[in-house]
Formats: sequence, C-alpha cells, structure tokens
Amino acid sequence: MGLLYGLIAVGLALIFGLMDVVNFAHGEFLMIAMYVSFFLFTFFAIDPLLSAPLVAAALFVLGAVVYLLVVRFAMRAKANAGMVQIFSTFGLAIVMRGLAQFFFTPDYRSIPQSWLGGKTVSIAGIFLPEPQLVGALVSIAAFAGLYFFINRTDFGRALEATREDPGAVALVGIDKNRVFALGWGLGAALVGLAGAIMAVFFYIYPDVGASFALIAYVTVALGGFGSVFGAFAGGIVVGLVEAVTALMLPPSLKSVGIYAVYLLVVFIRPRGLFGSM
Amino acid sequence: MDKNFAARRRRDLIIAAVLAALAASAPLFVKDVYVQNILVLTLMYAALSQSWNILSGYCGQISLGHALYFGIGAYTTELLYTKFGVLPWFGMLAGGGIAAIIAMGLGYPFFRLRGHYFVIATIVIAEIGLLLFQNWEWAGAAMGITIPVRGDSWLKFQFMRSKLPYFYFALGLCCLAWFVTWWLEDSKWGFWWRAVKDNPEAAESLGVVVFNSKMGAAAVSAFLVAIGGAFYAQFLAYIDPESVMGFQFSLLMALPAVLGGIGTLWGPVLGAAILIPMTELTRSYIGGSGRGVDLIVYGALIVAISLALPQGLVSLFSRSKAKGATR
Repeated sequence: MGLLYGLIAVGLALIFGLMDVVNFAHGEFLMIAMYVSFFLFTFFAIDPLLSAPLVAAALFVLGAVVYLLVVRFAMRAKANAGMVQIFSTFGLAIVMRGLAQFFFTPDYRSIPQSWLGGKTVSIAGIFLPEPQLVGALVSIAAFAGLYFFINRTDFGRALEATREDPGAVALVGIDKNRVFALGWGLGAALVGLAGAIMAVFFYIYPDVGASFALIAYVTVALGGFGSVFGAFAGGIVVGLVEAVTALMLPPSLKSVGIYAVYLLVVFIRPRGLFGSM
Repeated sequence: MDKNFAARRRRDLIIAAVLAALAASAPLFVKDVYVQNILVLTLMYAALSQSWNILSGYCGQISLGHALYFGIGAYTTELLYTKFGVLPWFGMLAGGGIAAIIAMGLGYPFFRLRGHYFVIATIVIAEIGLLLFQNWEWAGAAMGITIPVRGDSWLKFQFMRSKLPYFYFALGLCCLAWFVTWWLEDSKWGFWWRAVKDNPEAAESLGVVVFNSKMGAAAVSAFLVAIGGAFYAQFLAYIDPESVMGFQFSLLMALPAVLGGIGTLWGPVLGAAILIPMTELTRSYIGGSGRGVDLIVYGALIVAISLALPQGLVSLFSRSKAKGATR
C-alpha cells in the first residue's frame, strides 16, 4: 500500500518539482484512471494488469491537455499567483467529479473478477494479497523507470534544466510549454498506473479521488516538495504508519496516524524529509 | 494620498450602512421561505468569508482548514446547551474563545511553515478534528447532536415559525465581520498584515512583529468563524461532524473571497452575494437529477474566474484607480 501511495505521490511531486504548482485535481486524475481501467475491463475484458499501460497512456494525454488548457494560464497570473493555482486546479477537480457523476452515475463499481482479485500468495509464511503485491512491484518498476528517465535521457535532462531555469532554457531552444506539458503528462501517467492497479481492490466512484488526494499531498509534503525520491520514501512511511495505526486505533481513525506523523515531521523539518532547505 | 484614503474609508462605511439598511428591509419584500433561506446562507457565508479573509487575504496565510473553527463553534455551543443547559449565546462566545485559543495554539508550530506546507497543514488539522469528532462518543460521534426544540425565543436563540430572526442575526454577524475588517484595515495590524503578506523578511527587518501579527489575525479570524458555526448549528437544529466540519466549509469560506477579491474589504461580500445564490439555485434547479451538472457548472466557473480575474471581481470596479497598486 505504501508503495502505491508513493507512486501516486511521485506524480504529484514531479509536477510540483517541475514548476511549483500543486495539482489539487490529483485525486481526480486517480479517479479517472480507475474508471478507465474499469471500462476497459467491462467492455473489452482487458484485465487491469494488462490495461495499466493503456490507462497510463490515456492519463498522459489528460495531464498534458490539462496543462495546456488550464495550468499554463494559471502560471501566467501576476497577482495572487498561489491562489490562482490552488483554485483553478481545485475548480478543475470539481468539474471532473461532476463529469464523472454525470457520465458514470454516483454508483459504486468494482471489478469483480480479475486475474489478481482476492487471491493471496504466501511468502515465507506471510500471506500477502496478490493485487497489493503486484502493485508494490509495479510501483518499484515505475519508480526505477522514472529515475532512469530523468537522469539518463535527453528529455529528462530538458526537464531538469527547465526546472532549474526556464529563462535560460528558452535560449537554447527548448520550448518551456512543451516540456511542462510532457511533465504533466508524465505525472498523470504515474497516477494512471497506480489507478489501474487500485481499480482491482477498491470501489470506484466519483469521489474516490478525494480520499487519496489528501494522503498524496501529505506524502509529498512529508518527503519534501520537489523531491521525487522523497515522495517515494514518504509513500513508504505513510504506508507503514497506516498499518501501525490500524493495529492500535479503530479503523475509522487510521488516517489520523498519517496526519499526525506529517505534522510531527514538518514541525521538526519544515521542508519535509528530503526537501532542500 | 492620505486624504484620499480617509475619504475612501468614509465612503466604504457609508456604502456599507446603506447596503445593511437595504438588506434589513429585504424581508418586507421577500416572503418566500426558500428565498429567505438563501438570503440567510448568503449573509452567513459573507460573514465567514470576511473572517477567513482576515487571516488568508490580508495576512496571506492561506488556510483551507477553517472548517475546524466552524465546527468548534457549532459543537461548543451545542454540547454546552444539550449537556449543561448553557444558553447558546454564552456557548457561542465560549466557542469563539476556544476556537481563538486553538488557532493561536496551532499558530505556534504552523506559522513556521511556508506556502503549500502551511496550506496542507491546515487541511490536515481540520481533517484530524473531523475524524476525532466522528469517533467521540460523548459528542454523539458520527450520529451528531439533535438540538432539542424548546420553543421560539431570542433567549434560547431558536425559532421554529419563521426564518426572519435568523436572517437578522446573520445580517448582524455579516455587518460585524465587515466592520471588524474595515476597522482593522486601517489599524497598525492591518498594515502589518499586508507587509507580512507581501514580504515577511522585509517586514521583519522593518520592525513588524511578524509572528505576533499572524497570531492576531488567526485569533480574530477563528473567533468570528466559530460564531458563524454556532449560528449555523442553531439554524439547522442538528449537527454532525460532516455537516459542520467537512472540508466543503473550508472551501465555501474561501471561495467568495477568492471570487470577489482576496485581501479586499468588499471582495468577500460581493463574492458571497454572487456565489451562494448561484450555488443554491444550480443545486435545486439542475442538481436535482443527482448527475452532477451543478458541480460541472460550479467548478468551471471557479476555474474561469480564477484564471481570468486573479484579483477577483472587485478589481473590475477599481481597475482604473488602482493601476499598479498592490492593494
């Protein structure tokens, strides 16, 4: 679970690290990804495990479009820039939730039979639910891929450079908007991946994103905004804390532990665990 | 410049008095209970937004956790009333006091946080409050509290037969919040806050006590919001954690100010006057289908306005005059 939180959060951290914008519609990206996965399963009988790359691709497009249609303009605001970003992405989240309700109705849906659903596997005497296990593996693979991508490819370098100094980058002929749009797409694709896997073991409904979004923000902030590695580490911490609180407190209070740890960490290190000071 | 400022402040006060008088006479023409209900909510959100604006608009500490103070106001009042028989009037003040103390207590650690860290911390703390109240048996847990009906009276602040007393109270609260903002705007605090918002380091170096001024803003803001919460609880006669402490309140308090113009005297009033009736109307006319069309319209509007008018609707009125000015 923690690794999945990490995967959701990495997308958010990428976007934030790239341009200092917090995407308050991140949870809705997740929700859309779960729906896409659901419909691919229902209509084409594609198992979520196979459709994950398709979902990621779809979300990539969505992320890039959202950047070009909304965020690009939000970043131009001269006055109240922080506010404009918060509320434009927030408004977007509300629209997306409304659209989901409109097209998919508020009903709860789930994917009844997938290859992974409900199965457990025993490793050294510990029983682990298969979907979660696969989720963890995919998360690790995706994180490794992202790491490679950022550090080893031309585009990754362009991403880093644009983040360092958008002005100078323009001088060497890199289109800032293109890089940012791709960055948003990439961030969304990571959420898409997480959503496809989570569709197997969570109910799918229009508000599902909201419950994960706050955890994602906490995860990112815990790791330190702008640090992709931090977000991943934050995810693991959050997953562990959640597991521990679930043992000690009633289930309805399990997120309190996560929030409390977040508060504790930022009070000690106001920039998060791995954030640059 | 100084003269202009004084003149503008006098003008603001006169406009406010005229508007308040007009609003006070509104029930003479509006007999429809549904419309009266919308008026009450509009006034309440105007008051809440104005209070939120003190901390988030003037002082620049964007809080998306004010639902916490709203809920504390509601719960303090109702717990005192139903468990100990304390009249809501005192409960209201107690709620305000507790909220202000909590706001300052939270301020100690929170005001060290910057930007998004602060925003998320406020969301998180409100969420913790919500979860705790949902699990607090003595306070009714997730079931909430039903406020017993003990007849119509100003003493018990409860009215079954008519919405008008609620209307006048909401109007009074709205005027109070406006007046407090108006008064603070020109005080030492008001100038400190704007300085803190624009550039905390520079403000600090010029002798502004940054930390204390944030604390002051938080306390005033939380106190007024808690009064609003107490009012809302009496108005609904039923509270549960989700209905007084849910995240939507944090948002609904912020949106009118954002829409109207954040950090301005008139922004929250203007924003609430447009946003709340619109919300209610879209909800009842096109939201009835349960298919989320109201959400789509509402969300799209927020996106459009925040992108097109980053300084809010108020900037439409003062664009020519305030050119280049930061206010």
